[in-house]
Amino acid sequence: MSSVHECPGCGYQYHQDLGDEHEGFAPGTPFDELPEDWVCPDCSVRYKEDFQPLQ
Amino acid sequence: MVKRNMKTYTLATDAGDMSFTDTKRYLWTASLAYALMPFLGIGAHALFGHQAWLALPLFVVYVIGPILDWWLGEDENNPPEEIVPLLEEDSYYRLLPMLTVPLHFASLIGAAYWAGTQALSWWGVLLLAVSAGIANGLGINTGHELGHKKTQLERNLAKIVLAVPAYGHFSIEHNRGHHRDVATPEDPASSRMGESIYKFARREIPGAFRRAWAVEDERLTRKGVSVWSWENEILQSYAVTFALQISLIAAFGWVMIPFLAIHNFLAWWQLTSANYIEHYGLLRQKEPNGKYERCQPHHSWNSNHKYTNLVLFHLERHSDHHAHPTRRYQSLRNFKNVPRLPNGYNGMFPLAYVPPLWFRVMDPRLMALPHIDGELTRVNIDPDKKEALYAKYGVAGLKENLSATEAA
Repeated sequence: MSSVHECPGCGYQYHQDLGDEHEGFAPGTPFDELPEDWVCPDCSVRYKEDFQPLQ
Repeated sequence: MVKRNMKTYTLATDAGDMSFTDTKRYLWTASLAYALMPFLGIGAHALFGHQAWLALPLFVVYVIGPILDWWLGEDENNPPEEIVPLLEEDSYYRLLPMLTVPLHFASLIGAAYWAGTQALSWWGVLLLAVSAGIANGLGINTGHELGHKKTQLERNLAKIVLAVPAYGHFSIEHNRGHHRDVATPEDPASSRMGESIYKFARREIPGAFRRAWAVEDERLTRKGVSVWSWENEILQSYAVTFALQISLIAAFGWVMIPFLAIHNFLAWWQLTSANYIEHYGLLRQKEPNGKYERCQPHHSWNSNHKYTNLVLFHLERHSDHHAHPTRRYQSLRNFKNVPRLPNGYNGMFPLAYVPPLWFRVMDPRLMALPHIDGELTRVNIDPDKKEALYAKYGVAGLKENLSATEAA
């Protein structure tokens, strides 16, 4: 499972190692464990399933 | 002479040099000037002595604005996609919305000072409150531009400028709520066909607050923090509002209470007006998985009118904004074949305030959009008006259509 996922619309990246402190996702939270109805926190246009794995 | 107003960007490509001249570069300062509108009335009052001059900003917005949009016409030019990164990096454009922030404070404090220190009758105070309210409705527009950006500085400035019209929940509500739910019946900030602006406002204003609070509560709960903490970004902005508006009451007396109430409401009303016209009747379809299709360019109404776009940081190029919300104002593009408004926002707002006229102008436009093509099931309809609208615009198979939806 890739540890970095990118929003194809705005380029926001979710890094598993870093999590997203502002959004309340602790470092180490896998992308898979983000809520199913989660949308990109920067643009809100793209859904979770739109995110592209990077590495 | 003309060249001084422009800047040319050049990019070397395999096919040779590509260049783009931004003819609007320095004209964007109009967005700053508009924030200072109340001073136009105050200056004219000081100069000519009669308080009726305080209505001058209203004349500029509702009479001069629509005339200029009609006269100067539309601008359909787009920067080439390859040049957009150069425009986005240019710090000049980034600076303008930031510089607009203190101007909104100045227009509220200046109008409050004039209302509190001059011998005005009630309608002089009212005109000041209304013109400051309209100027700081533009503060919500400035907050909108800044709140969509990714830098912490711009996001913090959004919270600060939104404090002027007491609308600190806007960034969260708009970015995380409206952009997610736009053009669906679930969105309190997307108007429905047959819904008057007055009915819409009663759904939009409380709905915006409730959704913002719910989104912030969810984020803070995930962080293990109470929603009643200083980490709540809505409360951060409200704290600035409280300090500012209490100071104005302390400085200029009780007249500030009605003055601020009218100012705040008028500012919110500008946003309500914009929300009302930006997605009227447009509807995203549901996909087989139950989720709505991604927001498409045909889910927003647009205007390319030069004047109002220049005073609104290109807000009227709304389709590209919803497709790319983090894109900066200077790079927003016009799309072909998207829903188009017949005038800019300054002309469309007063039309919306007279619902029968609004419906007469907009309902046929809505029905004629290529992706709707007269089919009411592709329209976001006010449930209370469904029957009447089907009777007026419905096509064959109308009865089956209605009973099928009612059965569901």
